[in-house]
Amino acid sequence: MNQIWIITKRELQAYFDSLTAYIMIVAFLGFSGFFTWLFGSDIFLVGQANLQVFFSVSYWSLFFFIPAITMRLLAEENRSGTLELMITMPVNYFQIVGGKFLATLLLIVISLLLTLPYYISVASIGPIDHGSVFSGYLGLILISSAYIGIGLLASSMTNNQIVSFLVALLIGIFFHFIFGMIAGNMTGFFGNLFYFLSTSNHFESISRGVIDSRDLIYFLSITAMGLLGSVYFISRKSA
Amino acid sequence: MDISVSNLSKVYGQQRAVDDITFQVKTGEILGFLGPNGAGKTTTMKAITSCLAPSAGQITIGGKDVAMDEEAVKHHIGYLPENNPLYEDMYVIDYLRFVAEMQHIPKDQIDGRIIEMVNVCGIQKEKHKKISELSKGYRQRVGLAQALIHNPDVLVLDEPTSGLDPNQIIEIRDLIRRIGRSKTVILSSHILAEVEATCDRIMIIHKGKLVGDGTAEELRRQSKGVGLLRVKIEEVEKEDVEKALKALKDVNMVDLEGEVFVIQAKEGHALAREVFNMCVKNKWVLTELTPVETKLEDIFRELTMN
Repeated sequence: MNQIWIITKRELQAYFDSLTAYIMIVAFLGFSGFFTWLFGSDIFLVGQANLQVFFSVSYWSLFFFIPAITMRLLAEENRSGTLELMITMPVNYFQIVGGKFLATLLLIVISLLLTLPYYISVASIGPIDHGSVFSGYLGLILISSAYIGIGLLASSMTNNQIVSFLVALLIGIFFHFIFGMIAGNMTGFFGNLFYFLSTSNHFESISRGVIDSRDLIYFLSITAMGLLGSVYFISRKSA
Repeated sequence: MDISVSNLSKVYGQQRAVDDITFQVKTGEILGFLGPNGAGKTTTMKAITSCLAPSAGQITIGGKDVAMDEEAVKHHIGYLPENNPLYEDMYVIDYLRFVAEMQHIPKDQIDGRIIEMVNVCGIQKEKHKKISELSKGYRQRVGLAQALIHNPDVLVLDEPTSGLDPNQIIEIRDLIRRIGRSKTVILSSHILAEVEATCDRIMIIHKGKLVGDGTAEELRRQSKGVGLLRVKIEEVEKEDVEKALKALKDVNMVDLEGEVFVIQAKEGHALAREVFNMCVKNKWVLTELTPVETKLEDIFRELTMN
Protein backbone atom coordinates (compact mmCIF):
# COMPACT_ATOMS: atom_id res chain seq x y z
CA MET A 1 0.00 0.00 0.00
CA ASN A 2 2.82 2.32 0.91
CA GLN A 3 4.47 1.76 -2.46
CA ILE A 4 1.21 2.57 -4.25
CA TRP A 5 0.94 5.84 -2.34
CA ILE A 6 4.56 6.81 -3.16
CA ILE A 7 3.86 6.27 -6.86
CA THR A 8 0.54 8.11 -6.59
CA LYS A 9 2.30 11.12 -5.07
CA ARG A 10 4.92 11.12 -7.80
CA GLU A 11 2.39 10.85 -10.61
CA LEU A 12 0.19 13.54 -9.15
CA GLN A 13 3.18 15.82 -8.83
CA ALA A 14 4.14 15.00 -12.41
CA TYR A 15 0.65 16.07 -13.53
CA PHE A 16 1.07 19.42 -11.83
CA ASP A 17 4.74 19.92 -12.75
CA SER A 18 4.07 19.27 -16.42
CA LEU A 19 1.05 21.62 -16.46
CA THR A 20 -1.15 18.71 -17.61
CA ALA A 21 -3.21 19.08 -14.46
CA TYR A 22 -3.78 22.81 -14.89
CA ILE A 23 -4.72 22.45 -18.53
CA MET A 24 -7.03 19.58 -17.69
CA ILE A 25 -8.71 21.54 -14.91
CA VAL A 26 -9.07 24.74 -16.93
CA ALA A 27 -10.35 22.90 -19.97
CA PHE A 28 -12.78 20.78 -18.00
CA LEU A 29 -14.16 23.70 -16.00
CA GLY A 30 -14.34 25.90 -19.07
CA PHE A 31 -16.05 23.29 -21.20
CA SER A 32 -18.53 22.08 -18.61
CA GLY A 33 -19.16 25.60 -17.29
CA PHE A 34 -19.85 26.98 -20.75
CA PHE A 35 -22.43 24.34 -21.61
CA THR A 36 -23.92 24.21 -18.14
CA TRP A 37 -24.50 27.94 -17.68
CA LEU A 38 -24.15 29.79 -20.96
CA PHE A 39 -24.96 27.87 -24.09
CA GLY A 40 -27.31 25.31 -25.57
CA SER A 41 -29.77 23.60 -23.29
CA ASP A 42 -28.22 25.19 -20.22
CA ILE A 43 -29.64 25.28 -16.73
CA PHE A 44 -31.63 28.46 -17.38
CA LEU A 45 -33.26 26.93 -20.44
CA VAL A 46 -34.12 23.73 -18.60
CA GLY A 47 -35.35 25.79 -15.71
CA GLN A 48 -35.01 23.07 -13.09
CA ALA A 49 -32.85 23.17 -9.98
CA ASN A 50 -30.73 20.16 -10.74
CA LEU A 51 -27.33 19.41 -12.21
CA GLN A 52 -28.44 17.05 -14.98
CA VAL A 53 -27.04 19.39 -17.61
CA PHE A 54 -23.66 19.51 -15.94
CA PHE A 55 -23.55 15.74 -15.56
CA SER A 56 -24.31 15.05 -19.20
CA VAL A 57 -21.75 17.61 -20.36
CA SER A 58 -19.13 16.10 -18.04
CA TYR A 59 -20.05 12.65 -19.29
CA TRP A 60 -18.82 13.75 -22.71
CA SER A 61 -15.89 15.93 -21.71
CA LEU A 62 -14.39 13.28 -19.43
CA PHE A 63 -14.66 10.81 -22.29
CA PHE A 64 -12.27 13.02 -24.30
CA PHE A 65 -10.05 14.35 -21.54
CA ILE A 66 -9.22 11.11 -19.75
CA PRO A 67 -7.46 9.40 -22.68
CA ALA A 68 -5.44 12.61 -23.07
CA ILE A 69 -4.15 12.48 -19.51
CA THR A 70 -3.69 8.71 -19.31
CA MET A 71 -1.89 8.32 -22.64
CA ARG A 72 1.46 9.25 -21.10
CA LEU A 73 1.28 7.09 -18.00
CA LEU A 74 2.80 3.81 -19.15
CA ALA A 75 3.65 4.54 -22.78
CA GLU A 76 6.23 7.14 -21.76
CA GLU A 77 7.77 4.80 -19.19
CA ASN A 78 7.91 2.04 -21.78
CA ARG A 79 9.67 4.38 -24.17
CA SER A 80 12.22 5.89 -21.81
CA GLY A 81 12.91 2.65 -19.93
CA THR A 82 12.03 4.01 -16.50
CA LEU A 83 9.57 1.18 -16.05
CA GLU A 84 12.44 -1.25 -16.31
CA LEU A 85 14.34 0.61 -13.64
CA MET A 86 11.28 0.87 -11.44
CA ILE A 87 10.66 -2.86 -11.49
CA THR A 88 14.14 -3.54 -10.13
CA MET A 89 13.08 -1.63 -7.02
CA PRO A 90 11.01 -3.32 -4.32
CA VAL A 91 7.68 -2.84 -6.07
CA ASN A 92 5.45 -5.02 -8.24
CA TYR A 93 3.44 -4.35 -11.37
CA PHE A 94 0.13 -4.14 -9.51
CA GLN A 95 1.50 -1.39 -7.30
CA ILE A 96 2.85 0.56 -10.27
CA VAL A 97 -0.45 0.38 -12.17
CA GLY A 98 -2.45 0.98 -8.98
CA GLY A 99 -0.44 4.09 -8.13
CA LYS A 100 -0.92 5.57 -11.57
CA PHE A 101 -4.62 4.79 -11.53
CA LEU A 102 -5.07 6.41 -8.14
CA ALA A 103 -3.15 9.53 -9.15
CA THR A 104 -5.31 10.05 -12.22
CA LEU A 105 -8.50 9.40 -10.32
CA LEU A 106 -7.41 11.94 -7.71
CA LEU A 107 -6.80 14.50 -10.45
CA ILE A 108 -10.35 13.92 -11.72
CA VAL A 109 -11.73 14.17 -8.20
CA ILE A 110 -9.88 17.47 -7.74
CA SER A 111 -11.40 18.76 -10.98
CA LEU A 112 -14.86 17.65 -9.86
CA LEU A 113 -14.41 19.24 -6.44
CA LEU A 114 -13.79 22.53 -8.19
CA THR A 115 -17.27 22.30 -9.72
CA LEU A 116 -18.87 22.33 -6.27
CA PRO A 117 -19.67 26.05 -6.71
CA TYR A 118 -22.10 24.93 -9.46
CA TYR A 119 -23.91 22.85 -6.90
CA ILE A 120 -23.90 25.66 -4.36
CA SER A 121 -25.20 28.14 -6.95
CA VAL A 122 -28.01 25.90 -8.10
CA ALA A 123 -28.91 25.00 -4.53
CA SER A 124 -29.27 28.71 -3.76
CA ILE A 125 -31.58 29.25 -6.75
CA GLY A 126 -34.12 26.55 -6.06
CA PRO A 127 -34.92 23.32 -4.24
CA ILE A 128 -32.28 20.81 -5.29
CA ASP A 129 -32.34 17.05 -4.78
CA HIS A 130 -29.13 16.57 -2.80
CA GLY A 131 -29.24 12.81 -3.22
CA SER A 132 -29.23 12.93 -6.99
CA VAL A 133 -26.36 15.44 -6.99
CA PHE A 134 -24.36 13.08 -4.83
CA SER A 135 -25.12 10.08 -7.02
CA GLY A 136 -24.39 12.13 -10.13
CA TYR A 137 -20.92 12.94 -8.84
CA LEU A 138 -20.49 9.30 -7.86
CA GLY A 139 -21.48 8.34 -11.41
CA LEU A 140 -18.87 10.70 -12.85
CA ILE A 141 -16.19 9.23 -10.59
CA LEU A 142 -17.19 5.71 -11.57
CA ILE A 143 -17.19 6.46 -15.25
CA SER A 144 -13.83 8.20 -14.88
CA SER A 145 -12.36 5.17 -13.17
CA ALA A 146 -13.61 2.96 -16.01
CA TYR A 147 -12.06 5.26 -18.62
CA ILE A 148 -8.82 5.55 -16.66
CA GLY A 149 -8.70 1.74 -16.65
CA ILE A 150 -9.15 1.70 -20.41
CA GLY A 151 -6.61 4.51 -20.82
CA LEU A 152 -4.02 2.67 -18.77
CA LEU A 153 -4.62 -0.48 -20.78
CA ALA A 154 -4.08 1.41 -24.03
CA SER A 155 -0.99 3.08 -22.57
CA SER A 156 0.50 -0.22 -21.45
CA MET A 157 0.31 -1.71 -24.93
CA THR A 158 2.55 0.76 -26.71
CA ASN A 159 5.46 3.12 -26.25
CA ASN A 160 3.88 5.78 -28.43
CA GLN A 161 1.64 8.28 -26.68
CA ILE A 162 -0.42 9.13 -29.76
CA VAL A 163 -1.16 5.46 -30.40
CA SER A 164 -2.07 5.13 -26.76
CA PHE A 165 -4.48 8.09 -26.96
CA LEU A 166 -6.18 6.82 -30.11
CA VAL A 167 -6.52 3.25 -28.83
CA ALA A 168 -8.06 4.50 -25.60
CA LEU A 169 -10.47 6.69 -27.54
CA LEU A 170 -11.33 3.81 -29.86
CA ILE A 171 -12.11 1.41 -27.03
CA GLY A 172 -13.94 4.20 -25.24
CA ILE A 173 -16.17 4.99 -28.24
CA PHE A 174 -17.54 1.45 -28.19
CA PHE A 175 -18.58 1.68 -24.58
CA HIS A 176 -19.62 5.30 -24.87
CA PHE A 177 -22.14 4.99 -27.67
CA ILE A 178 -21.55 2.27 -30.27
CA PHE A 179 -22.77 -0.53 -27.98
CA GLY A 180 -25.81 1.59 -27.17
CA MET A 181 -26.53 2.16 -30.86
CA ILE A 182 -26.19 -1.54 -31.66
CA ALA A 183 -28.48 -2.41 -28.76
CA GLY A 184 -31.12 -0.07 -30.20
CA ASN A 185 -31.21 -2.09 -33.40
CA MET A 186 -31.23 -5.52 -31.80
CA THR A 187 -33.54 -7.53 -29.69
CA GLY A 188 -33.18 -10.68 -27.60
CA PHE A 189 -29.99 -11.82 -25.98
CA PHE A 190 -27.59 -9.65 -28.01
CA GLY A 191 -29.80 -6.64 -27.61
CA ASN A 192 -29.68 -7.06 -23.86
CA LEU A 193 -25.95 -7.79 -23.88
CA PHE A 194 -25.06 -4.63 -25.77
CA TYR A 195 -27.51 -2.64 -23.72
CA PHE A 196 -25.71 -3.84 -20.61
CA LEU A 197 -22.29 -3.05 -22.08
CA SER A 198 -23.21 0.52 -22.96
CA THR A 199 -21.91 3.08 -20.46
CA SER A 200 -24.64 5.61 -21.06
CA ASN A 201 -27.47 3.47 -19.67
CA HIS A 202 -25.59 2.79 -16.47
CA PHE A 203 -24.56 6.41 -16.13
CA GLU A 204 -28.05 7.74 -16.75
CA SER A 205 -29.60 5.65 -14.04
CA ILE A 206 -26.91 6.68 -11.55
CA SER A 207 -27.08 10.36 -12.45
CA ARG A 208 -30.84 10.28 -11.90
CA GLY A 209 -30.18 9.15 -8.36
CA VAL A 210 -30.61 5.39 -8.58
CA ILE A 211 -27.57 3.60 -7.23
CA ASP A 212 -27.96 0.04 -8.41
CA SER A 213 -25.40 -2.63 -7.60
CA ARG A 214 -25.45 -3.73 -11.25
CA ASP A 215 -24.19 -0.31 -12.32
CA LEU A 216 -21.48 -0.35 -9.66
CA ILE A 217 -20.38 -3.82 -10.72
CA TYR A 218 -20.38 -2.72 -14.35
CA PHE A 219 -18.05 0.25 -13.82
CA LEU A 220 -15.82 -1.49 -11.33
CA SER A 221 -15.38 -4.52 -13.55
CA ILE A 222 -14.37 -2.38 -16.54
CA THR A 223 -11.86 -0.65 -14.26
CA ALA A 224 -10.55 -3.94 -12.95
CA MET A 225 -10.22 -5.42 -16.42
CA GLY A 226 -8.36 -2.36 -17.62
CA LEU A 227 -5.94 -2.49 -14.71
CA LEU A 228 -5.37 -6.24 -14.95
CA GLY A 229 -4.84 -5.90 -18.69
CA SER A 230 -2.25 -3.17 -18.08
CA VAL A 231 -0.44 -5.34 -15.56
CA TYR A 232 -0.47 -8.16 -18.08
CA PHE A 233 0.99 -6.02 -20.86
CA ILE A 234 3.75 -4.41 -18.81
CA SER A 235 4.74 -7.66 -17.13
CA ARG A 236 4.91 -9.40 -20.49
CA LYS A 237 7.88 -7.21 -21.38
CA SER A 238 9.99 -8.89 -18.74
CA ALA A 239 9.00 -12.43 -19.70
CA MET B 1 26.97 -10.47 -1.17
CA ASP B 2 28.01 -13.09 -3.63
CA ILE B 3 26.28 -13.47 -6.94
CA SER B 4 26.04 -16.86 -8.52
CA VAL B 5 24.74 -17.36 -12.03
CA SER B 6 24.35 -20.89 -13.28
CA ASN B 7 23.42 -22.07 -16.77
CA LEU B 8 21.66 -18.81 -17.56
CA SER B 9 19.94 -18.74 -20.94
CA LYS B 10 17.61 -16.25 -22.57
CA VAL B 11 15.91 -16.97 -25.85
CA TYR B 12 14.14 -14.35 -27.98
CA GLY B 13 12.25 -16.21 -30.69
CA GLN B 14 14.97 -18.00 -32.63
CA GLN B 15 17.82 -16.02 -31.19
CA ARG B 16 19.73 -17.14 -28.12
CA ALA B 17 20.70 -13.82 -26.57
CA VAL B 18 22.38 -15.55 -23.64
CA ASP B 19 23.47 -19.12 -24.01
CA ASP B 20 24.24 -21.19 -20.95
CA ILE B 21 26.41 -18.77 -18.98
CA THR B 22 27.76 -19.73 -15.57
CA PHE B 23 29.86 -17.55 -13.29
CA GLN B 24 30.28 -16.34 -9.72
CA VAL B 25 31.13 -12.91 -8.35
CA LYS B 26 32.37 -12.44 -4.79
CA THR B 27 31.94 -9.55 -2.41
CA GLY B 28 34.50 -6.84 -2.98
CA GLU B 29 35.03 -7.90 -6.54
CA ILE B 30 34.49 -5.61 -9.50
CA LEU B 31 33.56 -7.64 -12.53
CA GLY B 32 33.70 -6.15 -15.99
CA PHE B 33 31.56 -7.44 -18.82
CA LEU B 34 33.09 -7.01 -22.22
CA GLY B 35 31.59 -7.92 -25.52
CA PRO B 36 30.63 -6.58 -28.91
CA ASN B 37 27.21 -5.01 -29.40
CA GLY B 38 24.43 -7.53 -29.01
CA ALA B 39 26.64 -10.04 -27.21
CA GLY B 40 24.23 -10.49 -24.32
CA LYS B 41 25.80 -8.21 -21.70
CA THR B 42 22.69 -6.19 -21.06
CA THR B 43 20.43 -9.23 -21.09
CA THR B 44 22.58 -10.92 -18.45
CA MET B 45 22.52 -7.80 -16.29
CA LYS B 46 18.78 -7.46 -16.65
CA ALA B 47 18.34 -11.05 -15.54
CA ILE B 48 20.47 -10.40 -12.46
CA THR B 49 18.42 -7.35 -11.52
CA SER B 50 15.19 -9.33 -12.01
CA CYS B 51 13.78 -7.03 -14.66
CA LEU B 52 13.94 -9.86 -17.16
CA ALA B 53 12.94 -13.44 -16.51
CA PRO B 54 15.53 -15.90 -17.85
CA SER B 55 14.43 -18.75 -20.15
CA ALA B 56 16.55 -21.18 -18.19
CA GLY B 57 19.07 -21.21 -15.40
CA GLN B 58 19.30 -19.90 -11.89
CA ILE B 59 20.62 -16.72 -10.33
CA THR B 60 21.23 -16.38 -6.62
CA ILE B 61 22.28 -13.26 -4.77
CA GLY B 62 23.56 -13.81 -1.25
CA GLY B 63 22.20 -17.35 -1.45
CA LYS B 64 18.66 -16.22 -2.30
CA ASP B 65 17.12 -17.15 -5.61
CA VAL B 66 16.25 -14.06 -7.65
CA ALA B 67 13.23 -15.68 -9.28
CA MET B 68 11.78 -17.17 -6.09
CA ASP B 69 12.61 -14.48 -3.58
CA GLU B 70 12.32 -11.36 -5.68
CA GLU B 71 11.20 -9.00 -2.93
CA ALA B 72 13.99 -10.03 -0.58
CA VAL B 73 16.67 -9.66 -3.22
CA LYS B 74 15.57 -6.37 -4.78
CA HIS B 75 16.54 -4.33 -1.70
CA HIS B 76 20.14 -5.32 -2.16
CA ILE B 77 20.50 -4.30 -5.78
CA GLY B 78 21.39 -0.92 -7.20
CA TYR B 79 20.94 -0.75 -10.95
CA LEU B 80 21.99 1.76 -13.55
CA PRO B 81 20.35 0.65 -16.80
CA GLU B 82 21.88 1.07 -20.21
CA ASN B 83 20.48 4.39 -21.36
CA ASN B 84 20.08 5.72 -17.85
CA PRO B 85 16.31 6.27 -17.92
CA LEU B 86 15.16 9.06 -15.61
CA TYR B 87 11.92 10.89 -15.01
CA GLU B 88 12.72 13.93 -17.12
CA ASP B 89 10.07 16.17 -15.66
CA MET B 90 11.22 15.75 -12.06
CA TYR B 91 13.68 17.84 -10.10
CA VAL B 92 16.89 16.07 -9.10
CA ILE B 93 16.14 16.23 -5.39
CA ASP B 94 12.54 15.13 -5.85
CA TYR B 95 13.67 12.21 -7.95
CA LEU B 96 16.22 11.05 -5.40
CA ARG B 97 13.60 11.39 -2.67
CA PHE B 98 11.17 9.31 -4.73
CA VAL B 99 13.75 6.56 -5.23
CA ALA B 100 14.69 6.67 -1.55
CA GLU B 101 11.06 6.22 -0.54
CA MET B 102 10.61 3.41 -3.04
CA GLN B 103 13.66 1.69 -1.59
CA HIS B 104 12.13 1.78 1.91
CA ILE B 105 14.77 4.04 3.43
CA PRO B 106 13.40 5.12 6.82
CA LYS B 107 11.92 8.65 6.72
CA ASP B 108 14.41 10.17 9.15
CA GLN B 109 17.37 8.97 7.10
CA ILE B 110 16.16 10.06 3.67
CA ASP B 111 17.49 13.65 3.86
CA GLY B 112 20.86 12.42 5.06
CA ARG B 113 21.15 9.90 2.27
CA ILE B 114 20.18 12.46 -0.37
CA ILE B 115 22.81 14.91 0.89
CA GLU B 116 25.40 12.16 0.92
CA MET B 117 24.56 11.07 -2.63
CA VAL B 118 24.62 14.66 -3.88
CA ASN B 119 28.12 15.01 -2.44
CA VAL B 120 29.43 11.62 -3.49
CA CYS B 121 28.22 11.97 -7.05
CA GLY B 122 29.12 15.63 -7.38
CA ILE B 123 25.75 17.12 -8.26
CA GLN B 124 25.62 19.94 -5.68
CA LYS B 125 25.28 22.66 -8.30
CA GLU B 126 22.64 20.81 -10.28
CA LYS B 127 20.50 19.49 -7.48
CA HIS B 128 17.71 22.05 -7.88
CA LYS B 129 17.44 21.66 -11.63
CA LYS B 130 14.97 19.63 -13.58
CA ILE B 131 16.46 16.40 -14.86
CA SER B 132 15.58 17.34 -18.44
CA GLU B 133 17.84 20.40 -18.11
CA LEU B 134 20.93 18.40 -17.17
CA SER B 135 23.78 17.57 -19.50
CA LYS B 136 24.52 13.95 -20.20
CA GLY B 137 27.33 13.71 -17.67
CA TYR B 138 25.18 15.05 -14.88
CA ARG B 139 22.30 12.80 -15.86
CA GLN B 140 24.70 9.90 -15.57
CA ARG B 141 25.64 11.06 -12.07
CA VAL B 142 21.99 11.28 -11.08
CA GLY B 143 21.56 7.74 -12.40
CA LEU B 144 24.48 6.63 -10.29
CA ALA B 145 23.12 8.44 -7.22
CA GLN B 146 19.82 6.70 -7.76
CA ALA B 147 21.56 3.31 -7.89
CA LEU B 148 23.54 4.01 -4.72
CA ILE B 149 21.03 5.77 -2.52
CA HIS B 150 19.88 2.75 -0.56
CA ASN B 151 23.46 1.59 -0.05
CA PRO B 152 22.98 -1.69 -1.92
CA ASP B 153 25.30 -4.65 -1.53
CA VAL B 154 25.20 -5.40 -5.20
CA LEU B 155 25.73 -2.78 -7.86
CA VAL B 156 24.90 -3.48 -11.50
CA LEU B 157 26.06 -0.74 -13.84
CA ASP B 158 25.37 -0.96 -17.55
CA GLU B 159 27.88 1.29 -19.32
CA PRO B 160 28.28 3.71 -16.42
CA THR B 161 30.68 6.08 -18.17
CA SER B 162 29.00 6.40 -21.55
CA GLY B 163 28.66 10.02 -22.57
CA LEU B 164 31.08 11.38 -19.99
CA ASP B 165 34.10 13.51 -20.71
CA PRO B 166 37.57 12.16 -19.84
CA ASN B 167 37.71 13.95 -16.47
CA GLN B 168 34.31 12.69 -15.49
CA ILE B 169 35.21 9.19 -16.61
CA ILE B 170 38.16 9.17 -14.25
CA GLU B 171 36.05 10.54 -11.41
CA ILE B 172 33.32 7.94 -11.92
CA ARG B 173 35.93 5.21 -12.22
CA ASP B 174 37.49 6.24 -8.91
CA LEU B 175 34.05 6.37 -7.38
CA ILE B 176 33.27 2.85 -8.57
CA ARG B 177 36.60 1.56 -7.30
CA ARG B 178 36.03 3.20 -3.93
CA ILE B 179 32.51 1.86 -3.58
CA GLY B 180 33.52 -1.50 -4.97
CA ARG B 181 35.72 -2.37 -2.00
CA SER B 182 32.79 -3.36 0.16
CA LYS B 183 30.26 -4.28 -2.49
CA THR B 184 29.82 -6.63 -5.37
CA VAL B 185 29.99 -4.68 -8.59
CA ILE B 186 29.18 -5.80 -12.11
CA LEU B 187 29.75 -3.28 -14.85
CA SER B 188 29.66 -3.47 -18.58
CA SER B 189 31.50 -1.38 -21.08
CA HIS B 190 32.87 -1.53 -24.55
CA ILE B 191 35.81 0.67 -23.62
CA LEU B 192 38.55 -1.86 -22.97
CA ALA B 193 40.93 0.49 -21.23
CA GLU B 194 38.22 1.39 -18.81
CA VAL B 195 37.42 -2.17 -17.90
CA GLU B 196 41.10 -2.88 -17.46
CA ALA B 197 41.52 0.15 -15.22
CA THR B 198 38.44 -0.41 -13.09
CA CYS B 199 37.81 -4.11 -12.84
CA ASP B 200 39.47 -6.87 -10.86
CA ARG B 201 38.15 -9.43 -13.23
CA ILE B 202 37.05 -9.37 -16.84
CA MET B 203 34.50 -11.55 -18.57
CA ILE B 204 34.25 -11.51 -22.33
CA ILE B 205 30.90 -12.49 -23.79
CA HIS B 206 30.36 -13.22 -27.43
CA LYS B 207 27.14 -14.34 -29.09
CA GLY B 208 25.65 -15.13 -25.70
CA LYS B 209 28.53 -17.35 -24.65
CA LEU B 210 31.32 -16.81 -22.18
CA VAL B 211 34.56 -16.79 -24.16
CA GLY B 212 37.02 -15.35 -21.67
CA ASP B 213 37.13 -15.02 -17.89
CA GLY B 214 39.95 -13.84 -15.64
CA THR B 215 42.09 -10.88 -14.72
CA ALA B 216 43.56 -8.86 -17.56
CA GLU B 217 46.86 -10.64 -16.86
CA GLU B 218 45.30 -14.10 -17.07
CA LEU B 219 43.54 -13.26 -20.29
CA ARG B 220 46.83 -12.14 -21.78
CA ARG B 221 48.45 -15.39 -20.80
CA GLN B 222 45.66 -17.43 -22.40
CA SER B 223 45.84 -15.43 -25.56
CA LYS B 224 47.60 -16.58 -28.70
CA GLY B 225 49.52 -13.34 -28.77
CA VAL B 226 51.80 -14.55 -25.98
CA GLY B 227 55.50 -14.91 -26.69
CA LEU B 228 55.69 -12.46 -29.56
CA LEU B 229 59.12 -10.92 -30.20
CA ARG B 230 60.16 -8.09 -32.44
CA VAL B 231 63.54 -8.80 -34.02
CA LYS B 232 65.56 -6.40 -36.14
CA ILE B 233 68.82 -7.45 -37.72
CA GLU B 234 70.94 -5.06 -39.77
CA GLU B 235 72.73 -5.47 -43.06
CA VAL B 236 71.68 -9.00 -43.82
CA GLU B 237 69.42 -10.22 -46.61
CA LYS B 238 65.86 -10.64 -45.37
CA GLU B 239 65.56 -14.10 -46.92
CA ASP B 240 68.58 -15.40 -45.02
CA VAL B 241 67.30 -14.10 -41.71
CA GLU B 242 63.86 -15.52 -42.34
CA LYS B 243 65.33 -18.88 -43.17
CA ALA B 244 67.50 -18.86 -40.07
CA LEU B 245 64.62 -17.81 -37.83
CA LYS B 246 62.36 -20.50 -39.21
CA ALA B 247 65.08 -23.04 -38.54
CA LEU B 248 65.01 -22.32 -34.80
CA LYS B 249 63.40 -25.22 -33.08
CA ASP B 250 60.85 -23.38 -30.87
CA VAL B 251 59.56 -20.99 -33.50
CA ASN B 252 55.89 -21.17 -34.32
CA MET B 253 55.49 -18.34 -36.80
CA VAL B 254 57.66 -15.75 -38.53
CA ASP B 255 56.22 -12.59 -39.95
CA LEU B 256 57.94 -9.67 -41.68
CA GLU B 257 56.60 -6.22 -40.88
CA GLY B 258 58.68 -3.74 -42.87
CA GLU B 259 62.18 -3.89 -41.43
CA VAL B 260 61.19 -5.88 -38.40
CA PHE B 261 60.49 -9.58 -37.97
CA VAL B 262 57.75 -10.58 -35.58
CA ILE B 263 58.25 -14.11 -34.37
CA GLN B 264 56.19 -16.23 -32.07
CA ALA B 265 57.39 -18.99 -29.80
CA LYS B 266 55.68 -22.34 -29.45
CA GLU B 267 53.58 -22.54 -26.32
CA GLY B 268 55.60 -22.58 -23.13
CA HIS B 269 58.90 -21.61 -24.76
CA ALA B 270 60.99 -18.47 -24.72
CA LEU B 271 62.85 -17.41 -27.84
CA ALA B 272 65.03 -14.45 -26.95
CA ARG B 273 68.07 -16.52 -26.00
CA GLU B 274 67.94 -18.64 -29.16
CA VAL B 275 67.63 -15.57 -31.36
CA PHE B 276 70.57 -13.94 -29.66
CA ASN B 277 72.72 -17.05 -29.97
CA MET B 278 71.80 -17.37 -33.61
CA CYS B 279 72.95 -13.82 -34.28
CA VAL B 280 76.21 -14.38 -32.41
CA LYS B 281 76.86 -17.52 -34.40
CA ASN B 282 76.24 -15.81 -37.74
CA LYS B 283 77.95 -12.57 -36.63
CA TRP B 284 74.80 -10.59 -37.40
CA VAL B 285 74.14 -7.23 -35.76
CA LEU B 286 71.04 -7.44 -33.66
CA THR B 287 69.54 -3.96 -33.17
CA GLU B 288 66.20 -4.78 -31.70
CA LEU B 289 64.89 -7.64 -29.64
CA THR B 290 61.76 -6.68 -27.74
CA PRO B 291 58.82 -8.65 -26.40
CA VAL B 292 55.43 -7.50 -27.71
CA GLU B 293 52.97 -6.65 -24.99
CA THR B 294 49.58 -8.07 -26.00
CA LYS B 295 46.89 -5.45 -25.75
CA LEU B 296 43.48 -6.24 -24.38
CA GLU B 297 42.16 -5.05 -27.74
CA ASP B 298 43.93 -7.92 -29.46
CA ILE B 299 42.63 -10.48 -27.03
CA PHE B 300 39.16 -9.07 -27.44
CA ARG B 301 39.40 -9.22 -31.22
CA GLU B 302 40.80 -12.70 -31.13
CA LEU B 303 37.96 -13.99 -28.95
CA THR B 304 35.11 -12.25 -30.71
CA MET B 305 36.03 -12.18 -34.38
CA ASN B 306 34.73 -15.56 -35.50
